Order: sequence, then structure tokens, then C-alpha cells
Amino acid sequence: MEQFLQQIASGLANGAIYACVALALVMIYVSTDHINFAQGEMAMFSTYISWQLMTWGLSFWVAFILAVVFSFVLGVIIERAILRPLHNAPVLSIVVVFIGLLAICNSMAGAIWSYLIKEFPSPFPKSSFGIAGVIGPHQLGVVMVTLIVLGLLFIFFRYTPLGLAMRAAAQNPQMARLVGVRVDWMLALGWGLAAAVGAVAGIMVAHIVYLDPNMMGGILLYAFASALVGGIGNPGGAVVGGFIVGVLENMVAYAGNQIEKATGIYIIGNGEKLTVALIIVITVLTVKPAGLFGRVVVKRV
Amino acid sequence: MAALLEVKGLKAFYGQTQSLYDVGFEIPDGGITTLLGANGAGKTTTLRAICNMVRTDGTIRFDGKDIAGQATEEIVRLRIAHVPEGRGTFTTLTVDENLRIAAYTRRDKAAAHADLERVFGYFPRLKERIQQQAGTLSGGEQQMLAIARALMLRPRLMLLDEPSFGLAPLIVQEIFRILKRINEDDKVSILLVEQNAALALDLATHAYVLETGRVVMSGPSSVVKNDENVRKSYLGY
Repeated sequence: MEQFLQQIASGLANGAIYACVALALVMIYVSTDHINFAQGEMAMFSTYISWQLMTWGLSFWVAFILAVVFSFVLGVIIERAILRPLHNAPVLSIVVVFIGLLAICNSMAGAIWSYLIKEFPSPFPKSSFGIAGVIGPHQLGVVMVTLIVLGLLFIFFRYTPLGLAMRAAAQNPQMARLVGVRVDWMLALGWGLAAAVGAVAGIMVAHIVYLDPNMMGGILLYAFASALVGGIGNPGGAVVGGFIVGVLENMVAYAGNQIEKATGIYIIGNGEKLTVALIIVITVLTVKPAGLFGRVVVKRV
Repeated sequence: MAALLEVKGLKAFYGQTQSLYDVGFEIPDGGITTLLGANGAGKTTTLRAICNMVRTDGTIRFDGKDIAGQATEEIVRLRIAHVPEGRGTFTTLTVDENLRIAAYTRRDKAAAHADLERVFGYFPRLKERIQQQAGTLSGGEQQMLAIARALMLRPRLMLLDEPSFGLAPLIVQEIFRILKRINEDDKVSILLVEQNAALALDLATHAYVLETGRVVMSGPSSVVKNDENVRKSYLGY
């Protein structure tokens, strides 16, 4: 029973990370119809920035905030400098740009900080955090931090004029221009926010998966699965999807372990967790392409 | 009356296709002007050209300043409100948000709030539906929302693209009554594009007739209304 609860708790912690990255993907998807394949690598790069700041002597939270701000600025710059000129380019060109960005982030991180795996600290004190036997201090901390970030984003989009302008620009760019919204800047801002949320996820997960230039590869896949489960155009759905995928992958592995213990037959275990994500992707795309909370878009021909 | 909007030698292109050849007209400050023409004559394109939503060439002067080539959102900020074809509803936003977004660029927040009440005075139905998702409104309500949203910009000039499209005659009459009040009470100049020529000529003081991207006739509505060609082609008697 205790093991079961622990599996759920760690599933929630992982799910919080997936939720953040999935939200970053969805934020860019709803306004541009593109999936940013480089989202994970951008988050990884931000995580290295925070690590670098910490090795220069800054405390965890100062480094955290500076790295998130840096990511925001970098996101805005990438949109303005790289994607803006490709505004009317075909989808394939943009996909190539995303893959290029992915490779550039990865190799730059490798070149600057080397490919050696590094330990990454946890800011959550072992003594006062977590519930013994149920949820570890870092796991609880990750869930709390991501929930705060998601809550702030919700408030921003729901209740501020700028958030409203960004939603309007994503929903109907032409009409948004006709009420005076500078849609191009809204897109850049969206990129900045997505990069910042991704950075939060990267910095939070680095303690669990350790810091190396390939740390976000699997996580991006999980995040993609999460976004699909929730409905790729639905930010709230992406967040819920993240938690669902996080818990589900642990439950599948846990069930596999129990079966092996009872019967001695190995079907599935911790090693095949990533497979679970891929199975989720394929299942959602074939059975319910709009996701759990997505709307089916009907087009008249 | 001085001209609020002055358009000269306007050309417009969709890709390689030219759809306006030489459009020129003047909109008097405080008046209602209508653009008539058959399908494909270039009425919608003319409105889109004023807001730089298509590739254009020519002179467009608003309040004496040349605005040709400026970005759409900057032109709008000069207080030219465009109510587009198809109403441009933000379907996933609420009615309230659809209206508030138009006040986004305004600095005078208190006046914007007062404007909201004024707009509800014109369209009480919108107030009843304030928290409803705009995509669930009926066609007539969405047209009202589109005009209300344009008013929230506190425009000097309003460009209306087929406000009667797809609506029941009673609703159309109501909307045209309100347009008249907006013009008279709020001193908003209006450029109206309409398929329903009889209705448009009744409301407008001046009319221009477009044919395949060129102005072929213009004058006071009463004169245009009695022109034999206009009667045959657009009024049907």
C-alpha cells in the first residue's frame, strides 16, 4: 500500500513537470498552429543557466528567478529574430527551424558545459518538507511550485487586459488587429511565456533526472502525450493531461511489477515507461484525436 | 464639410490578382456614405484596403494625414473601427471580454467604462448575455456585438461590411435604426458596404457605385437612388 501511494506521489511530481512542458507546447500551438520541438531543449538550456548562476554563488531561488527571466527574454528574441521572418513560410520550413533550434540548444549546452552528467540540488529541505512514506520533499516541492506557476498563468490570462489581448490574438488574429492589438508582439510574448514555463519545468526536474544536455528528450515526449490527452488546443486540458500521464506511467509500471511478483512473468516495468507515453500518443490519435477536453473542429467543405 | 477620409487612385491586389483599379471617394466628417456594387465589385476589398489588410497602392488620407501602408493595428488606433464581413466574433471569449478587448488600447479607462454602459443602452440584449460565450450568440446578436465592439474603440469613422448579411428583416431594421443613432448622437462617421441597396440608400447621405474595381457613379443618395441604371441593377424596379 505504501509503495502504491509513493508511486502515485512520484507520478504527480512527474506529471507536474509534464504539465508545464505540455502547457508551453500548447501556448505556442494555439497561437501559431505549430508544435515547438525545441521546447524541451530550450528548457534544458535554461536549466544550465540556473546551474551556472548557482556555481557562481547565487542561491537556488535567485538563480531560479534569473534563469526564468532569461528564458522569457530568449523566447521573445527567438520569436522576433528567427520565426518572425518566416511568418508566411510553409509548415515544413518552420519544422526544420524547430529541429535546427533543438540541435543548436543541445550542442551549445554540450559545448559550453560538456556532456558529463551533473548533479542538481533540490531547494526543498528534507526535514520540514514532504510526508514520510508518502511523498518525498522534492516531489511535494515540485508539485507546489508548478501549481503556483500554473495558477499565476491562469490569473494572468483570465484577469489581465494583456492576457485577454493574448487570448484574442490567438483566437482570431485578424480581428485582434482590428481592435488595435499588436498581434506580432503577442506572439513573441507567448513564446517568452512558454520558454519561461519550460524553464520552471527544467529546473524542477533536473534534481530527479540529473543535469545533462539530453535530459529533456524523454520529457518532451511525455509532454506531447499530455498535450494530446488533454486536447492539443486546450491549455487547461494540457495541465490535467500532464498529471494523468504522470500517474498513468507509474501505475502501469507498478502493475507490471506486481504481476511479475505474483506470476514471475515479466510484461512491463520501469524500463518501458517511455513506451507507455508512445502508446498513449498512438491511442489518443486513433481513438480520440481531439483529446479528453478538446473540441472537434468541423470544417465545411 | 471637410472630408474625414479621402481615398484617391486606390488599387488593391490579392497575390497576382488585382481587384481594385482606381477607386476614389471622400467621406464627409459626420456623414454616412455607402458603397454599392454587385458581388465581386470590390466593396469589401475597399474596406480592407483602408485598414491595410490587403496589398494596396494609392493615397488614403484620414483627417488630413496619409495612412496608406501603416500597420492595421496602428490605423485602428487612429480610431477607425472596422466591423468586418462575418462579424469577427471572438467565439471562445465571453461577450464581456469581446467588448473589453476593444478598450484594450484606450488610456481613458473611466471613459471606456462609461462607453460600455452607453453601448448596453443601444444593445440591451448584449447586457443580458454578458457572461455567455460569444460563439453561442445568434447571428443578429453577433452583429450587434460587432457594432458594440467597434463603438468601444470610440471611433471617429466606422467601416461596416454588410451588417444586414444573413439576418431577419426585423433585426436588420433595428440595427439600421441604431446605426443612425450612432451617427447622430455620437458623431461617428460611417462608411457602409451593403448588398441591400434600398436600405443603404435610405440611411446614407452619399453613395458610390463600384463595378469591377472602379467607381462608376457617385453623388447624393437621393440622386443615385433615382438613376435609372442603379434602379435596374441594384434596386430591382
